[in-house]
Amino acid sequence: MSKLYTFLKYFFITFWTVFVVAPFLWAVSTSFKDFQSVNSKVTYIPWLDFEPTLEGWRVLVKSPAKGGVDIVEPYFNSIFVTCTASLISIVLGTLAAYALSRFTFKAGFVRNNDITFFFISQRIMPPIVLSIPFFIFLSTIGLLDSLLGLVVVYIVLLMPIAVWIMVDFFNRVPKELDETALIDGCNPYQAFYKVVLPNSIPGLIVAGMFCIIFGWIDFFFAFILTFTEVQLLPVKVVALNSSITPWWSLSASALVSVAPLIIVAFIVERYLSKGNLSGALK
Amino acid sequence: MNLIGEKISYKPDEQFHLNDVSFNFKKGNLYTILGRTLSGKTTLLKTIAGLLNPDQGSISFEEKDFIKIPVWERNVAMVYQQFINYPHLNVYENITFPLEQRKLSPEQIKKDVDEALKTVGLVGFENRKIQELSGGQQQRVALARSLAKKAKILLLDEPLVNLDYKLREQLREEFKRIFSEGLSQDTILIYSTTDPQEVMELNGEVIVLDEGKVLQKGPAKEIFENPSNLKVAEISNDPPMNVLKGSKNSKNLNFENISLEIPNHFKNLEDKDYNFGIRASEIKLDENGEEFEIELAEISGSETLLHLKRGNSKIIALIEEVMNFKIHEKVKINFNANKFYAFGEDEKLVSSPYGGTNG
Repeated sequence: MSKLYTFLKYFFITFWTVFVVAPFLWAVSTSFKDFQSVNSKVTYIPWLDFEPTLEGWRVLVKSPAKGGVDIVEPYFNSIFVTCTASLISIVLGTLAAYALSRFTFKAGFVRNNDITFFFISQRIMPPIVLSIPFFIFLSTIGLLDSLLGLVVVYIVLLMPIAVWIMVDFFNRVPKELDETALIDGCNPYQAFYKVVLPNSIPGLIVAGMFCIIFGWIDFFFAFILTFTEVQLLPVKVVALNSSITPWWSLSASALVSVAPLIIVAFIVERYLSKGNLSGALK
Repeated sequence: MNLIGEKISYKPDEQFHLNDVSFNFKKGNLYTILGRTLSGKTTLLKTIAGLLNPDQGSISFEEKDFIKIPVWERNVAMVYQQFINYPHLNVYENITFPLEQRKLSPEQIKKDVDEALKTVGLVGFENRKIQELSGGQQQRVALARSLAKKAKILLLDEPLVNLDYKLREQLREEFKRIFSEGLSQDTILIYSTTDPQEVMELNGEVIVLDEGKVLQKGPAKEIFENPSNLKVAEISNDPPMNVLKGSKNSKNLNFENISLEIPNHFKNLEDKDYNFGIRASEIKLDENGEEFEIELAEISGSETLLHLKRGNSKIIALIEEVMNFKIHEKVKINFNANKFYAFGEDEKLVSSPYGGTNG
């Protein structure tokens, strides 16, 4: 029985690993191919099946004048926009979440839960609903096709995530902890940054991770709100496509664009495995 | 120089959490607040600490209006029933936290913390993480933090309630020692609990609180011997005092078709209907006694709690040995008539075996 269980367990783990990893391996393999090796016959292993070439990778850094698609600048644009918007969203979102978790607000019929729902409701609408208002808004203030404009839009998209996660997190931090800090001589601001914040690092990490992921993978707004001055990575990757699909450079760019998320996942995984995400507060 | 509260009321919703509470706490004394869960004990302590502002009433301390002073400037200390420490700091840092907040010199901090650690018996645990400690140890850290502050008002909100039985006994003993040795004559100690036994052992001034109202104030012995009404009698006894509806005539006490000879302290009592009170420990098994039906028998350690029924009356008897009883079996018991209390139909104390009356 237990042998069968072990067998099944490893069977499914293996199956799932292959299922997840195979596309990556395929992308790695394809990124070293050229037109010949993609189109002639089915090939998998470099040197054995086909002669590897770095052409797919070179295209990504070559300037358009030389027949390449330069993704270096969009890459750093994406990093800048994602990090800035995530950071601001986390800072503002955490403060908002703390207020919503600890203080009681009354404005007409509006209560704390309504305010929290207002934040989350920003994510309920399909993004396309927001596209026209955003477009008009950014063009009015002259931030269309600029990094700053994208940061502003992404803050609107990411802050609800931060608020949502952090409200839930703060609600689970006992109120008595803040009260003890107050009794021990902290004013409310000190209580927040000396006691509550250091104990909220797991929540901040999770919220930050979600913000980075959602900011990084957004294609829609990057596509609608930028033209020529500024471009973000997802748009550029899609723009690689032409009449002859360049599978090799598409694969290379896909790998490059997924790399930061993998790095983030590895960093967070270390926190997860240390058990820091749960049980810090009981 | 006392901590004086006058007519404090707090009503955040439909119900009063505090209802016209007044007190006068003197320095160097121990006060216990006895009340059941949700009776307003925590609310009262939080009001004194400054975490809640009462709707009405005033609090003054050292001739200053306390309500105008924010929590962080009040110099109070509080230990919660949940073990509240700073999870991101180790034991030593937890205790230094309030001292550093007050910007004391490093030498002073070291001295105070070492002293506090010694008092609560946590020397050698300085570098432990809070999560690595047991519940009792966590509560000791919280207590050490409160003691090290040398606050003028020390509030303990049911500090033992979340501990297991053995540890509670042990810490209760230590608390008595700490309170008698470790506190200066400048400190007001306020201790809230649901447990009458704790109140008796700590032996301070008691305030009995129920539904936000003060029912009785006085020394622990007085509360135990002369509870001013039925509610106090219930709250200040564990198991609660038994209540038997009955009447007195010139010869006997009568309840549930039982007649008892009138005890001496009832001799001058008017002949009419009363609520008689008798403690569970004053009921004994007796072959020649009155017949009751067993509803439930709880064995706890070396005692048996018998839940008994006769007619409309339900009582609890505390038998000081472990015996096996069958449910619905009949047993014969005898009441110690000399320990009967009489409460009027308005539930106020009329006569007690210790001579107290409530007019």
